[in-house]
Amino acid sequence: MSFVPGKPVTAVVQIIEIQKLRQGDNLILGFSIGGGIDQDPGQNPVSEDKSDMGIYVTRITPGGPAEVADLRVGDKIMQVNGWDMTVVTHDQARKRLTKKNEKVVRLLITRKSL
Amino acid sequence: MDTESTYSGYSHYSGRSRGSHRHGERSRDRHKSRSKDSRSEKSVTINTPPAEPLLGDSSVRGEQVQDDNWGETTTAVTGTSEHSLSQEDIVRITKDLEDSVGLDCRRYVTRTIAVILGLLVFLTPLAFLVLPHILWPEKLQSCGTACEGLYISVAFKLLILLLAVWALFFRPARAGLPRVFVFRVLLAVLVFLFVVSYWLFYSVRILDSQDDNYQGIVQYAVSLVDALLFIHYLAVVLLELRQLQPCFSVCVTRSSDGETRHYNLGQLSIQRAALAIIEHYYCDFPIHNPALLSASKSRAAKHLAGLKVYNVDGPGNNAAAGMAQSQSRAMIAAAARRRDTSHNELYYEEAEHERRVRKRRARLVVAVEEAFTHIKRMQEEEPKKAPGDVMDPREAAQAIFPSMARALQKYLRTTKQQHCHSMESIQQHLAFCITNNMTPKAFLESYLTPGPTLQYGKDHWLGRRWTLISEASVTNGLKDGSVFVLKCVDFSLVVTAKKIPYIQMSEEYIDPKSHKFVLRLQSETSV
Repeated sequence: MSFVPGKPVTAVVQIIEIQKLRQGDNLILGFSIGGGIDQDPGQNPVSEDKSDMGIYVTRITPGGPAEVADLRVGDKIMQVNGWDMTVVTHDQARKRLTKKNEKVVRLLITRKSL
Repeated sequence: MDTESTYSGYSHYSGRSRGSHRHGERSRDRHKSRSKDSRSEKSVTINTPPAEPLLGDSSVRGEQVQDDNWGETTTAVTGTSEHSLSQEDIVRITKDLEDSVGLDCRRYVTRTIAVILGLLVFLTPLAFLVLPHILWPEKLQSCGTACEGLYISVAFKLLILLLAVWALFFRPARAGLPRVFVFRVLLAVLVFLFVVSYWLFYSVRILDSQDDNYQGIVQYAVSLVDALLFIHYLAVVLLELRQLQPCFSVCVTRSSDGETRHYNLGQLSIQRAALAIIEHYYCDFPIHNPALLSASKSRAAKHLAGLKVYNVDGPGNNAAAGMAQSQSRAMIAAAARRRDTSHNELYYEEAEHERRVRKRRARLVVAVEEAFTHIKRMQEEEPKKAPGDVMDPREAAQAIFPSMARALQKYLRTTKQQHCHSMESIQQHLAFCITNNMTPKAFLESYLTPGPTLQYGKDHWLGRRWTLISEASVTNGLKDGSVFVLKCVDFSLVVTAKKIPYIQMSEEYIDPKSHKFVLRLQSETSV
């Protein structure tokens, strides 16, 4: 999953569709993300390549929508609803996942086992 | 202690603290000065006739709107032109005469009391030492070594006391305050009682019994001088040191144009605080310019000018007070309802004025810079020019002044400062700037911004006469929330005192080695 700067990234991806769950005033997906181009990639606990600044799934809440949709810890998120997630800041990633008017998010994730 | 609401004090530069003679003086003053009180009450109204004719050739005299219901505002030269005297002037002149006589008496009395006390203090130890030798020389023990050592000690201590008293008390008085300086009187009384008690003891125990132990007598004299030095220390602490620690923050506002400054003062009596504030006033406040206030007065007059009140109910019913109240209320209501466009006028007028001032200022700066290029300092090694060419600063100033005079005068007229500067003073200032190698900008600085009152000639130091108006007695100390007013002829300074709050400071120690930084950890956000 490492990338060579200047060359296109190729990866085998899987589509995962998650229905957002309403909890009070928020729509939650039930997982936590880490990473981003403004973060220190060496600290990423779940990534394979410690120079990869992509967005990774770091935790899954048990019984949440993400677990139901078969998202796993360590998955790298490549796209969310068509928006690219490979070169984004942490906050941009959060915003793209938590849009209030979207009930469903379609993630393109990649993991080593694919 | 009576509580008059007006205490008038006129500062003479040589007047010092008042002696106890003051009480008698004050009752005499009160009797004679009824006209003075009426004048000070009259000055509460807004339209006071202008003061001494030091406004020179200014064409702006205060307008006397006699009747509020009059439809026009008249700008007329009032009774106080340069050659006539109004009633107030006459009253003021007679008051000057009688007060200067009264004050001189007070000053001399204080001086004599001080001199007498001083002589008493310095001659007493010497008298203690000398009297036994005169009165009973045969019985007296001869003075041994220790005793003679004490002679030296007395001599030097007296010298130190003399120098210290000279340094503390014999300074030129800088103001005349309306009431006695309480601390000085207390100290004088203390010194007097002290010396008298020593004399009492001396006369009873030593003179009467003709004590022959001369060393004891000398030690007694030394103890007197020591105690006097300690009293002098007390004087230094009470008079000089106590008010140094800032305790109150006073806010001083000038009533004519709202200039405000804040100062920190220590624990002072109201009159001493007023004196400190006046001294700050002369340095900090820009000069009072009555010409700048005429615009707002004319606007105010125009507000009332458009309304006339008619009494349709006919005369002779209701109390006059009820009539007046309903009249004024009707006027206020009508004024509020009327659509007033005077704010528009003000805005455009001010914008126009600003533009005009800036234009004139630009012309002035260019003219002055050009004028300054016409002269330069002659170097010593230059070949000697003809005597007609070499000028001293005054002539040089006179030579370049005409080229900038017109621009300068126009600028001063636009900013309404022309009465503050005379041609003579401008030329003097120019000569001064040339002598000290100042740039044109430095020369212009005193004309572009109004400076403190002391910068201008002596005739602009509007009265060294100030009146202190206070509800509390002026020898009381300043308290939180005290308010008093310092009245000058044209304006007054309203002073409010607030206590500086108690400051509780705590300490936090930071180990220099504790400044460490790491890169931000992976932040994790749950979505």
